[in-house]
Amino acid sequence: MLETVGLTTTYGSIAALRDVSLSVGEGEVVGLIGPNGAGKTTLLGSIAGLLQPVSGSVVFEGSDVTGNAPDKMLKAGLALVPEHRRIFTDLTVVENLKVGGITVGASERAGLLEEMADLFPVLRDKWETSAGFLSGGEAQQLAIARALMSKPRLLMMDEPSLGLAPVLVDLVFELIESLRNQGRTLLVVEQNATRMLEVSDRAYVLRSGELVAEGTGAELLERSDLFDTFVGGTS
Amino acid sequence: MTELIQNLIDGLGRGSIYALLALGVAVIFGVMHLLNFAHGELITVSGYVAYAMFNQGWSWYLVAPLIVVVAIIASLLIERVAFSLVRGASDFTLVLTSFGVHFLVSAMFVMFVGARVKTFSEPGWIADTIAIGPINVEVFDLVVIGVTIVTLLLTVAILQKTMFGLALRAAAADFDTARLMGIDSNRVIRGAFALSGALAGIAGIFWLMRAGNTAPSSGIDPMLKGVLAALIGGLGSMRGAVLGGLALGVAEVVLRSQLPGEAAALTEGVVFALIALLFIFRPQGIISVATAERV
Repeated sequence: MLETVGLTTTYGSIAALRDVSLSVGEGEVVGLIGPNGAGKTTLLGSIAGLLQPVSGSVVFEGSDVTGNAPDKMLKAGLALVPEHRRIFTDLTVVENLKVGGITVGASERAGLLEEMADLFPVLRDKWETSAGFLSGGEAQQLAIARALMSKPRLLMMDEPSLGLAPVLVDLVFELIESLRNQGRTLLVVEQNATRMLEVSDRAYVLRSGELVAEGTGAELLERSDLFDTFVGGTS
Repeated sequence: MTELIQNLIDGLGRGSIYALLALGVAVIFGVMHLLNFAHGELITVSGYVAYAMFNQGWSWYLVAPLIVVVAIIASLLIERVAFSLVRGASDFTLVLTSFGVHFLVSAMFVMFVGARVKTFSEPGWIADTIAIGPINVEVFDLVVIGVTIVTLLLTVAILQKTMFGLALRAAAADFDTARLMGIDSNRVIRGAFALSGALAGIAGIFWLMRAGNTAPSSGIDPMLKGVLAALIGGLGSMRGAVLGGLALGVAEVVLRSQLPGEAAALTEGVVFALIALLFIFRPQGIISVATAERV
């Protein structure tokens, strides 16, 4: 469904991402793990169109979408839950969700809002509340629900457990599992390597901008030599 | 007491115009982080078109809506030929570009139309007053205040109830994330310039009615008032911009009538001194906004 071929992205003269080739198949949950500064966020940004890769390509559902603007990528079916959630704190919960569903028709949007309220009951209780008043866990659920409002074919998440209390980290991984059980396709960046590998069909290990390993979640769990410097890190 | 109430109404009338200008400045700053020093040029351009149409025998009733249309078109045109080229540049580059547009537009009128002030007649009712009890109120002030209230209500409805308004607010809060949600940056920025132009056009109708003339440098005064009011209110805050505009208008009128004798001529200076004082104690303006994301 998604394939990157030799993707390289630089910040000035520094290559943040070097020659990264990975793939995500339909219905797969793919983890992307690695230490701080490995280039994980850069990779997702390069796929979603926030950053322009200097070389390589991004192929989504058979068409080359390299360097397309983020709104085009979203319309093509690729949504990103950005790092630090980035919910619109001045908007209410329901307004955040409406913005997420801005590309779908009005009648379909109404149905999706109902669906999100069922999926995330905690949001239903705060429907008209300013999103700035949500707790970290609620905000993360809103960020995910907001991305789901666009009916993405592929959902990418950047560090969904970052900065959350342990009990909420559990909630995030339960959420990933339930999305997986719904048959959704996910590409998830996590620093919490062990937890992520446990819920991943396959995973890639990124270090200093390069892919250093790939395998099924179970295989990579066995190879702690690859990531023992940051395994279990919750930052 | 009577005088104070009269001053207050007069100040609110004046402040309403500033509020509409400041709101337009705030809308643009919200989505682009551009402090638009070219905002007043929308009134210059509208003023010349109004002058041309008066010469064709048009009345104010026909010219007024035309002014709004012209301001919207001018706003979109300036975005296209100037600001779209520097999107994503530093704040400083954006401000310099807006200064460039400001000087370029005035220079073009000097070159192609002439430096002389073009006058036209004000509407007949502009000096009419009505007595409410002991208070004499200018009809003009009441019209301005009324139209401003309707305009603000409409603007609020657009911002709160339409998907365009929602997109604009989301883009103003966090531009990159808004794009990730599928919001087209071109469309939301052009929409912001159209809205800003419409607000400047409505303010421009009253500005031109009161001035009764237009000149190449006509944009400076409305630009200063709009930008200042937006700064007073807290840059990026739309509510703040409206409050800032009203405060500026009331301060001007009250000071002009209350300052003793000769000092009244220094009203503008005193207003600036007060603004400087405000920024010393509250540099973020009346309403503080978390730093808006830039394009």
